[in-house]
Amino acid sequence: MFIVFLLGWYFNNVYGGLLFAFFIFLIGSFGLWTETMTTVAIIVISVVLSLAIGIPVGILMAFSRTFSVIMRPLLDAMQTMPTFVYLIPVIFFFPLGNVPAIIATIIYALPPVIRLTELGIRNVDDEVIESAESFGSSRNQMLVKVQLPQALPTMMAGINQTTMMALSMAVVGSMVGAHGLGERVLYAINQINISLGFEAGISIVFLAIIIDRITNGVADRLQSFRRRSA
Amino acid sequence: MTVKIKVENVTKIFGPRPKKVIPLIEKGASKREILDKTGHTVGVYNANMEIMEGETFVIMGLSGSGKSTLIRCFNLLNKPTSGAIYVDGENIVNYNKEQLKFFRQKKIAMVFQHFGLFSHRTVMENIEYGLEIRGLSKNERREIAQKHIETVGLKGYENQYPDELSGGMRQRVGIARALTNDPDILLMDEPFSALDPLIRREMQLELLDIQTRLQKTIIFITHDVNEAFRIGDRVAVMKDGNVEQVGTPEDLLESPANDYIIEFTREIDRSKVLQAEHIMSKPLSVMNGKDGLHVAIKNMEEQGISSVFVTNRERQLLGLVTIDQAIDGLKTRKTIDEVMSTEVVTAHPEEYVQDIIPRVLDSKYPLVVVDETNRIKGIILRVHVLASIISNSPDNEEVNQTEPIETV
Repeated sequence: MFIVFLLGWYFNNVYGGLLFAFFIFLIGSFGLWTETMTTVAIIVISVVLSLAIGIPVGILMAFSRTFSVIMRPLLDAMQTMPTFVYLIPVIFFFPLGNVPAIIATIIYALPPVIRLTELGIRNVDDEVIESAESFGSSRNQMLVKVQLPQALPTMMAGINQTTMMALSMAVVGSMVGAHGLGERVLYAINQINISLGFEAGISIVFLAIIIDRITNGVADRLQSFRRRSA
Repeated sequence: MTVKIKVENVTKIFGPRPKKVIPLIEKGASKREILDKTGHTVGVYNANMEIMEGETFVIMGLSGSGKSTLIRCFNLLNKPTSGAIYVDGENIVNYNKEQLKFFRQKKIAMVFQHFGLFSHRTVMENIEYGLEIRGLSKNERREIAQKHIETVGLKGYENQYPDELSGGMRQRVGIARALTNDPDILLMDEPFSALDPLIRREMQLELLDIQTRLQKTIIFITHDVNEAFRIGDRVAVMKDGNVEQVGTPEDLLESPANDYIIEFTREIDRSKVLQAEHIMSKPLSVMNGKDGLHVAIKNMEEQGISSVFVTNRERQLLGLVTIDQAIDGLKTRKTIDEVMSTEVVTAHPEEYVQDIIPRVLDSKYPLVVVDETNRIKGIILRVHVLASIISNSPDNEEVNQTEPIETV
């Protein structure tokens, strides 16, 4: 709770920090602390893996038009396919539980970070690229020293989107046996237990708000040195 | 002066299959026709020029004339479709990846119209970028970068980000960044076009100042004739991808290759470009002092003038004899040295017409153009000055024949 307060303070302001701490307190008072942490763990793992796959793929797409053309419909499919549909094949390969949920989450949450990484790199100002080139930068130097830093704010927006989508999928993932808040929601639906449903639902909303504001705050911070007016 | 860069038949065509278009241009198809027929854009066609070491070479043309395309051929941001570019005798078009990297890191640097700065890096980090790429240690590159930050007057701004600076300041960063690489050749692609006129003027003067100190070979692009003539030692004018004429500003004013050049240079203030030696006429009314007063009078009679300049054997200016002084001298049996007036208004061959005007107006006699050794190079009459400002190609010989020398 205290850590969340500090994060909120650092990336937003004191009131943000206080509000987030209060949200966490409420979640605790519902008795959903363990479930919440399970959900958070699923999200963190999926997001980290999504980024590890998504950023390199995005970079490749930015450099190769062919690859980009091939990937694009695939990304569309990943995003629009009803989420339950690819939960089915996943459970053939893995036992019910957290693993299939994480895989499904990754598939669902991957596209935004890929798309926005590509967009960010492609949108770097031509003259900036030319000037880096005119100094004799190698391809790697260009990527690490110029293109990625210039694309970072756009990429952060993608990362934020990916995180939010991972959160929503982590809940749906409980249908294939993932633990956490989603499991409670599912349970509440089966029992027609309105109060438990609300408690779990509200906890998810709180979690979403906290994660969104904090990642946005990080993005803003990165943005602050990029107020271009040239 | 040695030739630094030699451009030979460089053509750059944009499009999927540029080589296929070359025969079409050779047949004389226009840029427009080629675009309509094949979808290819002709950037530069058959450009030829030589750029000397240490000179400021300006490429001038309206937008779409291919000047930016051409300048990008010098560091191979654009690879020419055909032709060769020799830098220090090496054809850079054939460079492989490693050679090109080395060439860009060591020999050539570029300044961009919209600055091309890295917005995620501070002024200092921008300026040291070239050295960082080369792998210099942080201390080394800081030291070199600091020197150039001071050269361009950015001291105290090291830790600002580019977006915190004004346009003029940002371009200083661009210039410092290019200079920090210590290149032989500096490419400047309309570096001052995005600045307001006052700052532009200031930056031009500073560039001239930096150039006198560092003596780089500068290739400068502009669409502004006044800027071209103020900065350039020599100027190339481009139109529709073709190089129309290459020459000094005076060449372009005095012997324009075609109507386009005349049109282009119309708005130029000629008195700021032309120098005394361009408008002076041959010194016909000059005599050797040894010849004596009789010869002086005969000389004046023949030419229908009332004064002659007196020189010694080496054609160094001694003074001026008027007809009155000559006749007086004959009567009183004095020598030419005794009667002539030694106070003669002179001008240096490289003085601008603008600066000569007041002297010409104040003087009763023609202005004598003498070099450093006091040798007579020519004379300037009021009519020369006026003609030079008005006409497009003042024909000095003609002026000299039709107008008798106007002295009292």
